[in-house]
Amino acid sequence: MRLYLTEGNPHCLKVVAAVELTGTRCELQFVGVEERVVPFLSHSKLPCLQLDSGNYLFSTNAICQYLFTLRGKEPSDLTNQWLEWEATELQTALSGALYTAVVQGKKEEAAGTLQKKWTYIDQSLTRRSFPYLAADAITVADIVLWGALYPLLSDSAFLLGDLKALRGWFERVCAVAACRKAVESILKGKGLQGLKPYLQKQPAPSQRAETPTSNEPEGGESADRVLTEEEIRAAADSWSKGLSGWPKPKLIQHPVLPQPNEKNVLITSALPYVNNVPHLGNIIGCVLSADVFARFCRLRNWSTLFVCGTDEYGTATETKALEEGLSPQQICDKYHAVHAQIYQWFGISFDHFGRTTTQRQREISQDIFRRLLERDFLLQDTVEQLRCESCQKFLADRFVEGFCPFCNYEEARGDQCDKCGKLINATELKNPQCKICKGTPVVKSSKHLFLDLPKLESRLVKWLEDSMVSGNWTPNARFIARSWIRDGLKPRCITRDLKWGIPVPLEEFKDKVFYVWFDAPIGYLSITANYTDQWERWWKNPEQVQLYNFMAKDNVPFHSVVFPCSLLGAEDNYTLVNHLIATEYLNYEDGKFSKSRGVGVFGDMAKETGIPADIWRFYLLFIRPEGQDSSFSWSDLLLKNNSELLNNLGNFINRAGMFVCKFFEGRVPEMELHDDDKRLLAQATWELRQYLQLLEKVRIRDALKCILNISRHGNQYIQANEPWKRIKGTDADRKRAGTVTGVAVNVACLLSVMLQPYMPSVSASIQEQLLAPAQCNVLADEFVCILPGGHKIGTVSPLFQKLETDEVESWRKRFGGQQPEEGSADQSKTEAKPTAEAKAAAPVAEDAGKGADPQRAKQLAEEVTKQGEVVRELKAQKAEKAVIGAEVTKLLELKKQLVLAEGKTAEAPAQKGKKKK
Amino acid sequence: MVEKMLLELSSLEKCLGLKKTNKYSTQGDKVPVLQTNNGPSLMGLTTIAIHLVQEAQQNQLLGRTAEEKAIVQQWLEYRVTQIDGHRGKDETRTILKDLNQYLEDKVYLAGDNFTLADILVYYGLHPIMTELSVQEKEKYVNVSRWFNHIQHYPGIRQHLHPVVVLKNRLYTSGH
Repeated sequence: MRLYLTEGNPHCLKVVAAVELTGTRCELQFVGVEERVVPFLSHSKLPCLQLDSGNYLFSTNAICQYLFTLRGKEPSDLTNQWLEWEATELQTALSGALYTAVVQGKKEEAAGTLQKKWTYIDQSLTRRSFPYLAADAITVADIVLWGALYPLLSDSAFLLGDLKALRGWFERVCAVAACRKAVESILKGKGLQGLKPYLQKQPAPSQRAETPTSNEPEGGESADRVLTEEEIRAAADSWSKGLSGWPKPKLIQHPVLPQPNEKNVLITSALPYVNNVPHLGNIIGCVLSADVFARFCRLRNWSTLFVCGTDEYGTATETKALEEGLSPQQICDKYHAVHAQIYQWFGISFDHFGRTTTQRQREISQDIFRRLLERDFLLQDTVEQLRCESCQKFLADRFVEGFCPFCNYEEARGDQCDKCGKLINATELKNPQCKICKGTPVVKSSKHLFLDLPKLESRLVKWLEDSMVSGNWTPNARFIARSWIRDGLKPRCITRDLKWGIPVPLEEFKDKVFYVWFDAPIGYLSITANYTDQWERWWKNPEQVQLYNFMAKDNVPFHSVVFPCSLLGAEDNYTLVNHLIATEYLNYEDGKFSKSRGVGVFGDMAKETGIPADIWRFYLLFIRPEGQDSSFSWSDLLLKNNSELLNNLGNFINRAGMFVCKFFEGRVPEMELHDDDKRLLAQATWELRQYLQLLEKVRIRDALKCILNISRHGNQYIQANEPWKRIKGTDADRKRAGTVTGVAVNVACLLSVMLQPYMPSVSASIQEQLLAPAQCNVLADEFVCILPGGHKIGTVSPLFQKLETDEVESWRKRFGGQQPEEGSADQSKTEAKPTAEAKAAAPVAEDAGKGADPQRAKQLAEEVTKQGEVVRELKAQKAEKAVIGAEVTKLLELKKQLVLAEGKTAEAPAQKGKKKK
Repeated sequence: MVEKMLLELSSLEKCLGLKKTNKYSTQGDKVPVLQTNNGPSLMGLTTIAIHLVQEAQQNQLLGRTAEEKAIVQQWLEYRVTQIDGHRGKDETRTILKDLNQYLEDKVYLAGDNFTLADILVYYGLHPIMTELSVQEKEKYVNVSRWFNHIQHYPGIRQHLHPVVVLKNRLYTSGH
């Protein structure tokens, strides 16, 4: 027989590995990517196997199985299942991901789309506890899946996170000689890039059409799963236990301290720099994410300490002080208060929100410094620096301006050129100028101290690998940390010629202070020290404490490499980070937040909109840039508020409560569970467990979906059982209405607990309305009946308010920045030209072309909302894909029109090419 | 989609003479799942179908030789990836064209023997064949012949309505 292959085709990996592994004698023939070999197929299908009978096998998996069958290895149910799953589920996702990764070069994005598939394999491996997919030994299933995954998994960018079983399996199969041979013969040492010529010839996969930033969950809401009889029975049993035997919520007493033999969680959120007001991206990136996790940990009865504070030293503060005519200390006081107020408004539950300009900070920083010095981890070197003689000081990078040495731009800063973007050494600037006195600085040498990172590298690497294996590091954090190590560590300067900082405690450096990056992370320790004298029980206690650092990804190098090196070198048994949780970036309406251009919503402005803090929290968490960048968008905020909160969650909780009030005089009716009820309990239990697992892994955005899924199930349950009709029926009907109402209101109560980390005030008001016992505020993996028959509830009122389009529209205008003003003539041009596309799409919208039209926009926004509901309804009913697809298309068209009617110029570049003359 | 698959599986059980004791559910509203009494559940249309054939001890339906087994498996995969995954008219036409060519010299998909591949591909093609005009059915004459043969195979059609295939050509040549 003869096997036809082509280079760079991932399917060929499988068949070659199978040939090698089974020791089959067959002729290998390499042909062109598009060559048609199988006579009856219209398109090229490779690899394919020509049998001695003349028949062709064109299915890769059938070929692999055939080779195994020839060796007497017949398929089993399990291998069949894996092969079918690979062909139907995995390949669909893979072709898109490979295209994104190789052809478009967006590896991280591609990795994100495969998360679910990887989790599925990992869980299957864990559950069956075989070293291989279907048995104790290697089978055709391993070869097929290995071949499919090899191109991506062998590339370092596709880190598997904490999927240990999958990683172990992959490494095991990779080590098989047959597989190594297959890689050699098909990829020719080119790795992932070896696939490019093949992939470019393939039709672009359809999933690619999605936008690079995504606010929608992949997979979607309809991921219903099979409930087993056992699960349903277990859920009903748990429910009947009620609150007896339920753990009591732990009373929080300050100072919170770690307890022996308990889980102790120390949470930090990156210290915001004091001289700026944080924007929504900063808030979701650190403090809000950390807050959700801290609240979750407290609900689990873990000893939890959550600290944060403002980072106050450094040049930027000095600059700001100059700008505002205040002293650096005054600036810090002023902005520290601004920060504290903003976080308080957002309901951030710090145990302590401190600052870095404290005596404790000085003591601890100098102590760590001394220990590093004693242990010989500091180097001395001279640095050439600019000094302004008239100001009598060395100029920090930001205090110098001059001509860019690369592009001759006149106003390049001492650290970077704004025009060409290149990084600059201040001494390289042509015609340097002191920003303060405009005098010409001179180059002087100055002595500085450096942290000897290369000397600490081996310790760091060892610790890092341990921490990454045992802890939860987000994929981007792993990636960034590893690439820093890979690129090699260099000594890093830790001193500065500045006044506003912590003095270096050495005589010959008495005019110098620590560089902010050295002492800023020490702020976590000193802030804790200002909270409790027993701070060392948290910070010098790695055996008992689990440390979680929350930050945006730009902060990863300092937290994963530089700061750990300081602590490792100080050799004082410090608690080092176990879980590094880094977010991607949040954009604002598909652009960047910019204080200077006035674009975006900043912490202090969110309050002015009158939209409650919990709604902001919900929306920011719903679009949390987890895994990929996401965007804040006003219309999306409106949509999510009106659909998810108002129509889904709020509607369910309100109806459940209203039925109790209206039909049962405010007392929870007695319940007698039927299958339908038990099924709902099992569904809710399953979602609850998912939620717990996800939050434990700090997948905050994904866990939020579980809450919404429960209320979605709840709505369907009420809809299907129609208690408002049954209440008017026979005795049996009335009884049924009672059970349904009772179960529903208990689900509402469960939701109030699960919601607490995300929307604390809403959670409190639900519990107030239901008069829920305080004891319910514990998260465990069972759903018990909290409100038994006879429980009296309070007054029920709506939880959420509808957001109106014109309201949101006015905020969008206000916060949108100055784009509309910049060249209004230009704008009228784009407005006056309706695109052919818009016309075709909107035969009814005769005025769509006039650009900004608030009334039309309002009408369209309503239509968008309505259409959104239609789509959701269809999804909920599990309608045919094609039907849903058609409605989604309509929805997208409406959204497009809405954008036009809002007069957004965002699409202007795309319109230019298409305008008709 | 998945409801259709569940119907197919129950029809297949009847064809195979299995007493209906199997419980089904679905995963993510597109994949059928068989809850087995002993051991873990099975997922996926063809995986379950193969399991049922074995349960009914009619293993000849899975192919008699290694080669026939591979060909059966190949067409089962074709059914769930190509036929079920087709998007739009063009792809449907390609499927019919390819099958037509393939079946030119064959009685059944696996050659001379009736197999599970015939059953599941027949189920999968049923909605497509229903939609075809007389003219198109004549164009894909081998597919039509095979299809008509399978739908009249004892016990196979079950829940599906018969598709009329004319034996005498209406449109002579040209098309």
